[in-house]
Amino acid sequence: MRIFDPHIHMTSRTTDDYEAMHAAGVRAVVEPAFWLGQPRTSPASFFDYFDALLGWEPFRAAQYGIAHHCTIALNPKEANDPRCVPVLDELPRYLVKDHVVAVGEIGYDSMTPAEDTALAVQLQLAAEYALPALVHTPHRDKLAGLRRTLDVVRESALPPDHVLIDHLNETTVKEAKDGGCWLGFSVYPDTKMDEERMVAVLREYGPEKVLVNSAADWGKSDPLKTRKVADALLKAGFTEDDVDRVLWRNPVAFYGLSGRLDLDVADTDATHEGNSILRGIPKPRTGASTAETGLQPGAQADPQSSPTTTEA
Amino acid sequence: MNDLHDAPGTGPAQTPPVLTLLHTRLNSALGGAARAWLDQALDEAAAAPGTHGPISVWELRIAEAGRRCGPEHAEAARVLLLHAARADAPTLARVYRQGTADERRAVLEALPHLVAGPEALPVVEDALRTNDTRLVAAAVGPYAARHLDAHNWRHAVLKCLFTGVPVDAVADLPRRAGADAELARMLGDYADERRAADRPVPDDLYRVLALTGHPATPTGTDASKGPTAPDGTYGPDGKES
Repeated sequence: MRIFDPHIHMTSRTTDDYEAMHAAGVRAVVEPAFWLGQPRTSPASFFDYFDALLGWEPFRAAQYGIAHHCTIALNPKEANDPRCVPVLDELPRYLVKDHVVAVGEIGYDSMTPAEDTALAVQLQLAAEYALPALVHTPHRDKLAGLRRTLDVVRESALPPDHVLIDHLNETTVKEAKDGGCWLGFSVYPDTKMDEERMVAVLREYGPEKVLVNSAADWGKSDPLKTRKVADALLKAGFTEDDVDRVLWRNPVAFYGLSGRLDLDVADTDATHEGNSILRGIPKPRTGASTAETGLQPGAQADPQSSPTTTEA
Repeated sequence: MNDLHDAPGTGPAQTPPVLTLLHTRLNSALGGAARAWLDQALDEAAAAPGTHGPISVWELRIAEAGRRCGPEHAEAARVLLLHAARADAPTLARVYRQGTADERRAVLEALPHLVAGPEALPVVEDALRTNDTRLVAAAVGPYAARHLDAHNWRHAVLKCLFTGVPVDAVADLPRRAGADAELARMLGDYADERRAADRPVPDDLYRVLALTGHPATPTGTDASKGPTAPDGTYGPDGKES
């Protein structure tokens, strides 16, 4: 089974997690830029974080046979801090980077005027830089937040089919689907969605444009939730093709809209014999082959062609 | 790109033969669209090497080289772009500072072709502070061989051994290691530490030690006495945090 976790904050996770994720079938992740629990107080703090998402973290992931991409943005929470807002001016130089596959996470937290501005500005940036957008929906006052989000998307230059609305649940999925967006579901141990509810949602709405993620971060969360959802779907009678569609082909298609997905991790692993993270003797790593990801070496989504060309 | 060991100083307008060769090889490897992109990007870089606004056009091209030429050709394209833009040490430092890990590698690879003096050393020293072996390997190229002071160079060699970067990556190793008694001492101490922990001593350590001309320093230097991995490979400690 091949799994693409389209939303996970690996910066907050350990190498044990990488190892367990690889064993569970995870071969690709997207790490959206978000807040760190501890509020930042200056743009420089963001830049170090963005640089890590484009430097150190992909290196760590590659050592475990996992392709790592990221999304870059000023997150909604910190869009409310005037000390952080100048980050918006520096985003263009990040949005041109090879492994940036979307603008995100953007969206609403408390639905303030500052968040309105940051969301609209960053949707415009996504359109300008030919990137899709990952849009977080708020935890409080969720349905109202979703409606306001869809309004702003409709007013933006970015077509809805370039927008992934995340953290959806039973109360918000229908309007997001009717809005023409991609549908993201975060599966958590206690909050957000769980495996069984995810099965029910997929029964009702089908697998089209649905993505499932662990959104694992520094809080109570589980980086193997993607696999657990896959197992629950199979147990409930979904086919392996359905599971592959939701947990691999849909994220490949969505982030492939950027033209920047590079799912071959063998390259980065081959430049050195050893590595700087694994203690002791590195075990030979198997399973990161292109055969499993279904891509030719070096294959990328071509911006000129349909993203489905990268599918197996 | 380890064969790119020529020296700069032939004037910024001239292309070193090794970069001409790199360009020829890259041209034959790229498809039509990628080659057209590269030609245009190199022309842009040559025509407008300075910065214009927050990001110059050629720096945008450096950022997108992977998706335009394919990841396996991105580094060569970036090195050629840096040369076409006649990037000097401050420019290279900026591209490095604002670059992804892949872009930073390209800057490190380009240094020996673009900077004659030691003024770009801070970039090399930054890369040697990282734990990213791709950057460490690129940092110990010919530019470091030429300019890195003895202390930092010895630590770079030791870091390669420590993190598992093959010492083949270290440019000009025989010349710089030759008759270096302090390096020999450091290698001997590291070998002792490995043995005390019942861990294998890497073959590369003995290679470098032999080059120092002080091969007898460590006690019990028989490599075969150390434990080896089941597959015969040496497992580095690796973790520097």
